[in-house]
Amino acid sequence: MASGSVEGEQSSLADDYDALISTTDVELLKRAWRNEKAAPEILRFESDLITRVREQIELMEETVEEKLTVGTDPLSVSLYQMDLDRTLFLLRSYLRIRILKIEKYMFHIRKTEELWNRLSKDEKFFTERCTDDLKKHLEESVLSKLPENYQSYERQSVISEEDDMVPEPRLDTFVLCRSKEYLTGIQLEDGPVDDRSKLFEMEPDVLYFICYKSIKPLVESGKIDLL
Amino acid sequence: MAGQSNHELSLFSAEELEFIAEDEIVDIVPNLKMDPLCLISGDFGPFTPQIVTQVPLWLAIALKKRGKCSIVPPQWMSVEKLTQVLEAERDSQEMSEHLPFHYVEISRLLFDHARDNISDAYMVRSLIEDIRDVRFHKVETDLEAFNGRTIAVKIKNLSAMEVNIVRPFIGRALQAFYKHDSPDLIPDPERVSDRRPQVAPNAPRRQLRR
Repeated sequence: MASGSVEGEQSSLADDYDALISTTDVELLKRAWRNEKAAPEILRFESDLITRVREQIELMEETVEEKLTVGTDPLSVSLYQMDLDRTLFLLRSYLRIRILKIEKYMFHIRKTEELWNRLSKDEKFFTERCTDDLKKHLEESVLSKLPENYQSYERQSVISEEDDMVPEPRLDTFVLCRSKEYLTGIQLEDGPVDDRSKLFEMEPDVLYFICYKSIKPLVESGKIDLL
Repeated sequence: MAGQSNHELSLFSAEELEFIAEDEIVDIVPNLKMDPLCLISGDFGPFTPQIVTQVPLWLAIALKKRGKCSIVPPQWMSVEKLTQVLEAERDSQEMSEHLPFHYVEISRLLFDHARDNISDAYMVRSLIEDIRDVRFHKVETDLEAFNGRTIAVKIKNLSAMEVNIVRPFIGRALQAFYKHDSPDLIPDPERVSDRRPQVAPNAPRRQLRR
């Protein structure tokens, strides 16, 4: 991709813009894929990115078709095909990881507003059907045969205070991450008691293992990459 | 179809790490003439014989396999540089910063496909093996320094493959420390510790041993 060089004074905005236009969609997709793999909960669906990548893939598939018929040398055709395959792998893997997470935590996602909003339209449709099917299956095969008070698929019994039969992702897992800039003021809410109120800082390009909860907002805003 | 590596073992399988590493840019000397390639990952070329071009590693390997180019080994992959790195690794407890993040994968790929382009391939290979051993040994000793005080671990200059290997251990170790240090844990000698990651943490119910 063309890397625009900005002459004269570089404000941080121009730097960001440079970084933006010189990062290809494939790199963005790779980043989204890695973040999704490493995060314990489902992250926001990158609908713009995925739409663009899908378009590019379709375009490329047409180009390859065309080149095959025209009779371009098989070497460059195979290279185009390889690139296409690589991008397809990233896309498929990204979608599959999300589906894996949805399947694991479907009831929880269904009832949590914040997580529900992170799904794409197709994923929402999938989740609804999945939860309905699983609920029906559980009720028909097991729950209807249990005594009155224990028939909910969400709670162990009527006297439970909350939905304790719904698996939730563990947000306090430790993840490996790296930031691109110097970040200060990260609150480590969880950890040994006396360290809890300490503010943590991160140098750029150094790897850290941190509790996911503490850096959740920074991952969402894109300042930290998970590895 | 895109397979899914086992989530429980280690986040990325070795093949996936290699996949990520294959996007690194290397220099090649093509011996053919070809128009620029407008790929999804970027534009590369045009390719002219004997003119050094930058391409991603996967493209370089593909061309090399078909005998259309020779790969220029990266700067850090010379006997002198690696000997220096090895000395530095042996002398200090810190990790050397002269090795790129994906050095293991890149060197492996180059040995498999472009051995003839590397001068003194055997020497280079054995140096890299030694460096890997020394570094990993350092990582192991560093890990022994964990204790309950550790809230976050800072690792400088670790490479992708090494990180992938220690990730599950560090994750679980830190997890265990965090859990046992947490004041929210209700001490109850009858309760068996639960290590299944799916049960809601505030469940006051009977917890199953994994």
